[in-house]
Amino acid sequence: MLDFHLLKALHTAAGPRTLDVRLALAPGELLALSGPSGAGKTTLLRLLAGLDRPDGGFVRFGEHPWYDQQARQWLPPQQRPLGFVFQDYALFPNMTVRENLAFAAAGPPGAGPLVAELLELLELGALAGRRPGALSGGQQQRVALARALARRPRLLLLDEPLAALDLPTRLRLQQVLADVHQQFGLTTILISHDPAEIARLATRVVELELGQVRQQGPPPPAAPGPLLGRVVAVLPGGGLRVQLPGGAEADVPAPPGRACAPGDELPLTVGVA
Amino acid sequence: MPPDYWQTLQLTLVLAASTTALLLLLGVPLAYWLAYARFRAKPLVEAVVSLPLVLPPTVIGFYLLLAFSDDTALGHFLINTLGLSLNFTFAGILVGSVVYNLPFMMQPLQAGFQQVPRSLREAAYTLGKSRGTTLWRVLLPNMRPALLSGAVLTFAHTLGEFGVVLMIGGNLPGRTRVASIAIYDEQQSLHYAQANAYALTLLGLAFGILVGLFYLTKRDATRRLF
Repeated sequence: MLDFHLLKALHTAAGPRTLDVRLALAPGELLALSGPSGAGKTTLLRLLAGLDRPDGGFVRFGEHPWYDQQARQWLPPQQRPLGFVFQDYALFPNMTVRENLAFAAAGPPGAGPLVAELLELLELGALAGRRPGALSGGQQQRVALARALARRPRLLLLDEPLAALDLPTRLRLQQVLADVHQQFGLTTILISHDPAEIARLATRVVELELGQVRQQGPPPPAAPGPLLGRVVAVLPGGGLRVQLPGGAEADVPAPPGRACAPGDELPLTVGVA
Repeated sequence: MPPDYWQTLQLTLVLAASTTALLLLLGVPLAYWLAYARFRAKPLVEAVVSLPLVLPPTVIGFYLLLAFSDDTALGHFLINTLGLSLNFTFAGILVGSVVYNLPFMMQPLQAGFQQVPRSLREAAYTLGKSRGTTLWRVLLPNMRPALLSGAVLTFAHTLGEFGVVLMIGGNLPGRTRVASIAIYDEQQSLHYAQANAYALTLLGLAFGILVGLFYLTKRDATRRLF
């Protein structure tokens, strides 16, 4: 599906290095990139997206060459069918949520229904008329994801999309990401430092260090045992307010077929609402 | 009220408005280029653009006057090929104003382009948008305060234009006579009341424009938060 070998000069804290990474991704794979800062993770995503020019190598997506140094081929980002979610979300402040999505979807016919579908899928309907400046971090993150999907990409590149969010929001968006990856038939590369997140989402982890692949393989299993939350209150309407291990609180739907009272311990799956 | 007060005032305002419009058309592409392009001669281009800030207006006026005259290659071409005789005409003082005000438009615009986060531009590219679409739909709408400051500064600065206009245009009522030249002219003829009428008008306009600018940019800044 995605097959690349990329070379690029890196300026790291340890002096100049060369990013030199060769990887192949199968269709539907969700690859996590991890490693210390300065390892070249963001650079690698930017090279794949065509936002920076590599010094050498190639990028092939399916049958299509996106970049080939020897053949002097280079597709600009506009012509690569990918979605990029930036670390700072990069939502257009002059447009509402709906306009951000519509701008991204403009072009292919049937964009209108897609925008509506994405607004619903990512639970953005109530926020559609708002501007990004009036949204929380988690909401902006969902808009950024929806906007990247509005172009119907085949490759999704995510630069630490969840790093800045609190734990409940992060857990919830991990589920959204997993769903979206499945539902849109995407091949995804995700930069993440969170072992639990990687264990939950990724099919493979690649660890970079100073521009090289240090190790790769299936993600190590998550911390043993299910994540437990303590019920703080039963909310009107049947939901539960749960305190998570980190001390943060989240509202979750009550597990079916089980009555809960404050003080109960509850195993939490990824799907914290 | 001086006899040709309204005529002079109208000419002054038309000159300021035309200069602003032309400089917006010229300044946006030029500032875009200077803000994002990387090339070795960039400091040179930036210095040329900023030159009118430090040069005496009479120097600019003098060289434009020479350039527009039939004695130079450019002037010869303008007059004989394009039929454009620029010295002592409104078109001439308009060109002079555009040159002289270039830095007043360019500095806010260039800063404005640089202040739009790079990721916004890149996000538009990854969404398949061309540079033109990105400029029009993403960059310009997100640098409205810069566009406003550039336009207002240029307009206000052209109202007070003196040296360049006098050198190129002289003092022809209804054609090249602007308010600041009228002030000088009336004062030389010891018509202090007439000079005062013009001076007071320019003072009021300048103050009003600046108040309007600060009010608008403040409102724009608060509106962008919500």
